[in-house]
Amino acid sequence: MPSAATLSVGRAPARSIGIRLRRIRHRLRIPLFCYIALLPVLALFLYVRIIPIGFGFVLSLYRWNMISPRKPFVGLANYIQLFGDENFIAALKNTTIYSFATVILTTILALPLAVFLSRQSRLSPFYQTIYFLPVITPLIPMSIAWKWIYDYNYGVLNYLLSLVGLPAVPWLTDPSIALWAVILMTVWKQLGYAMVLYLVGLRNIPQEYTEAASIDGATDTQRFWRVTLPLLRPILLYVLVTSSISSFNVFAQVYVMTVGSQTAPGNALRVLVYDIYTNAFQFLHMGYASAEAVMLTMIVLGLTLIQFRAVRTDTAKET
Amino acid sequence: MVVGKRTPLQRICHLAAHALLLAGALVMVMPMIWMLVTSFKPPAEIALWPPAFWPRLPTTANYTGAFQAAPFGRFFANSVAYAVVCTLSVITTSLVAGAVFGKYRFPLRGFLFGLVLATAIVPFEAYMIPLYLQLVQIEWINTVQGIVLPYLFMAFGIFLMRQHVSSAVPGELMEAARVDGAGEWWILRRVIAPLSGNALAAVAILAFNQAWAMLIWPLLVANDQSLFNMELGLTTFQFAFSNDTGKLMAGSVVSVVPMLIVFLLMRRRIIENMALTGLKG
Repeated sequence: MPSAATLSVGRAPARSIGIRLRRIRHRLRIPLFCYIALLPVLALFLYVRIIPIGFGFVLSLYRWNMISPRKPFVGLANYIQLFGDENFIAALKNTTIYSFATVILTTILALPLAVFLSRQSRLSPFYQTIYFLPVITPLIPMSIAWKWIYDYNYGVLNYLLSLVGLPAVPWLTDPSIALWAVILMTVWKQLGYAMVLYLVGLRNIPQEYTEAASIDGATDTQRFWRVTLPLLRPILLYVLVTSSISSFNVFAQVYVMTVGSQTAPGNALRVLVYDIYTNAFQFLHMGYASAEAVMLTMIVLGLTLIQFRAVRTDTAKET
Repeated sequence: MVVGKRTPLQRICHLAAHALLLAGALVMVMPMIWMLVTSFKPPAEIALWPPAFWPRLPTTANYTGAFQAAPFGRFFANSVAYAVVCTLSVITTSLVAGAVFGKYRFPLRGFLFGLVLATAIVPFEAYMIPLYLQLVQIEWINTVQGIVLPYLFMAFGIFLMRQHVSSAVPGELMEAARVDGAGEWWILRRVIAPLSGNALAAVAILAFNQAWAMLIWPLLVANDQSLFNMELGLTTFQFAFSNDTGKLMAGSVVSVVPMLIVFLLMRRRIIENMALTGLKG
């Protein structure tokens, strides 16, 4: 036992070298274990995260074409070119609208839903399950199903519109409408998740607060705006920022619903990741696409900083 | 809530809210039901205007046709295999790294953990190009290991496990085991792991979902159809058979139904775990 060895140190100076070695081993035992345990994870982490992130920054400074052997250093030229690139500007605009619109619409629907479900208990689990269903269904098959719903000629949505006398809408073939079609579908998909998060937040609000407000004669609406909402603020803020961050990587549903043989290539709904993908893997402009990817990182980083700020001022206010 | 002392107006409001809730629930399930009924319609009924809800002559031809046109069984098996491998790996790495970061002191701990957290923010799509070039170099393109590689660990999982272990595992228990002569690996397996069941389940659900949903990475890395996962298989199938709605719906149903069954069986646990992981950030 190592602990016995350390105890006898003082009394046996003659065997000091062996004991000192053992003592060092004992002292290093824990850190050694830590490094050995972390080694595989950190090695993997280095190879699939750190190196590519660094390599991406470097790539963005080169004119790096997959098939051309000459890859000259061009400095910030890729970035400068980006801001004159119509496709990039369109992608940036669409992605921004998409992110904020899905987040805002989801919140507007999920918050009242959660408030209502938190008050009534009998049917609440049933509704929670139903509203959560889209969250766990895989995205691609559901995008295919929605594409069929949005179909110009035979889609149910246009049929429903025709019932109330409205003209058919080219939901997915006109990019400016397709943006909203994708937003709608995504709200459908995410609503249940936000609802569950808000439900947890509501459950964590101590009942005394709302009861006290009722005793003081507050109406339901007053109670919601003056008591529940301020107490829900931290979660609300957290959900808003994290979901807008993750919305910036939108790709799968856009790819399935608006890219394809039915729609002309020019009609595809441009979002950042799709633009990065086409630049890098169709036109093989890896350097240029990397500059675009760096821009995506910057946006996400900016939003994260805003989140940290907001959360910090929020907790500062509470104390 | 006090029941029975409602004014008529409140009652009407309550009823209206219920009606709205029910209508919303219908909207939630309608796309799935529409997909299901369409998958049993023969082509003539799919291109029908006005569309009818129930198939008049229900057929399973779309299913047999879809399976003949594309190896959906293979896609499905691949998806399961990728998701299982990634989930096992994420659980193990998250547990080990989470425990080490949460319960041990060693030089560079803060720096290493900070590094894991800081880079967790960077979206995968932002560094997939350089990662792809790295895999070209080691000739891992179009291989199983190349497809699963970026999904073998999850920074968020490490973070979650660290939070859990540092608060839920008593240090005295580990110390007691050490006094009894237990090694650190033994403590990890027999003390920390058994106390982390719930958190590990949450991480597992997250990891499984993430691996199942991967699309852009296999789109880049998997060239052979035999390596496609369900999501990529369906996507390419969709491009090839965009006019054959019946088959498309059949393929989609096949990929949705197993997930729905799993969800309905473990509904409570999944919802609660996802809420838990969603709020730990």
